[in-house]
Amino acid sequence: MITFGDYVRPKSIEEAYEIFKLKKNATLIGGGCYIRMGNRRIGLAIDLCDAGLNYINEDEDIIEIGAMTTLRQLETSEILYENFGPIIADSVKHIIGVQLRNIATIGATVFSKYGFSDPITALLALDADVVFHNSGRISLEEYLKEEGKRRDILEKIILHKKFDKGAFQSMRNSQVDYAILNAAVSKKDGKYRIAVGARPRTATLAYKAMDYINDTEINEETAMRAGEIASEELVFGSNTRGSAEYRKELCKVLVKRAIMEVEA
Amino acid sequence: MIIKTNINGVNKTFDIEPHEYLLNVLRKNGYLSVKRGCDTGACGVCTVLVDGEPTLSCSFLAARADGKNILTIEGLQEQAKEVGSYLIAEGVDQCGYCSPGLILTVIAMKTQLKNPTEESIRHYLSGNLCRCTGYVGQLRAIKKYMGVE
Repeated sequence: MITFGDYVRPKSIEEAYEIFKLKKNATLIGGGCYIRMGNRRIGLAIDLCDAGLNYINEDEDIIEIGAMTTLRQLETSEILYENFGPIIADSVKHIIGVQLRNIATIGATVFSKYGFSDPITALLALDADVVFHNSGRISLEEYLKEEGKRRDILEKIILHKKFDKGAFQSMRNSQVDYAILNAAVSKKDGKYRIAVGARPRTATLAYKAMDYINDTEINEETAMRAGEIASEELVFGSNTRGSAEYRKELCKVLVKRAIMEVEA
Repeated sequence: MIIKTNINGVNKTFDIEPHEYLLNVLRKNGYLSVKRGCDTGACGVCTVLVDGEPTLSCSFLAARADGKNILTIEGLQEQAKEVGSYLIAEGVDQCGYCSPGLILTVIAMKTQLKNPTEESIRHYLSGNLCRCTGYVGQLRAIKKYMGVE
């Protein structure tokens, strides 16, 4: 179980950051559902639930998703569906159940860079940026490459509009289990972007596969070839859900399916 | 710390530890319809409605219940009885341990799914596990309750 020495609920991200930077023993609380699975004492818990970070806003060019937006809100957002198709909803709908998705937040998922994450893969395919309160804006791809986590507060995720479509695919041992492997593909201005996650490492882009598919006609054969190239260029590992070899095979077909779904 | 919350239409004040989760607080204060299942956020047995949204009470910090409206099955007896009658008609009430969580989720689902289908019902209820029924009979009952052919 977890215990808190002290607990605060700041009313703004500015207030939250002021406390966070002064207290070395402080831990940020996003959804609060994953942290409880561990066994630790937290000196000061800073609960972000009142910090005004729960929103999905759009303007002409971008969509901003506040870090405390729940996975269920992403799943049911008309703004996200209208702009990107089912890619984001499909990337969260297998996560446990509605009751957990009403608590778990996208900010905590992204900030923690969970290897098993489904939505990180979708956001990476959509070329998302992340915005930290103190250290500013950075692409999600760069953030995922950084060692460890930042001593900062993730404020929001920014998505650029004008994508043609996106698709998310995954394979699981059972319906609400973590994915053995997942893949997401987006298309913008005729160019494809391919991300593969739960390798079981954190999601990454398949650049060679993207170069190939962006320079060829799209059909079942070329989509499969893109999957094969992705499976060659990416690194896979083994865990209780599947072996590296199995993940490599899955990569081929999940990438192919995602490309064909975008193309359909 | 002190939280003020409304449970089943009654204003309540509780003195809680800040790291306590809602399930503990509810059960400690006599809301025993809220069951403890896996206690890891996976089974749906501990579901309550927080401002109308189905929520795992085992994974929801009690401190966040401050100012919220909580509904347990005790507060929705008429609707629960109606859903229960459909389950009984199909003979799928079985041990009943998961029923409070399932029934609360079904009640919320009815308000949220505009044009329910078998697929959308299955998806909405994928977080409610039941070790007795095998789900087929439950689905039959719930489809009838939701008016799905």
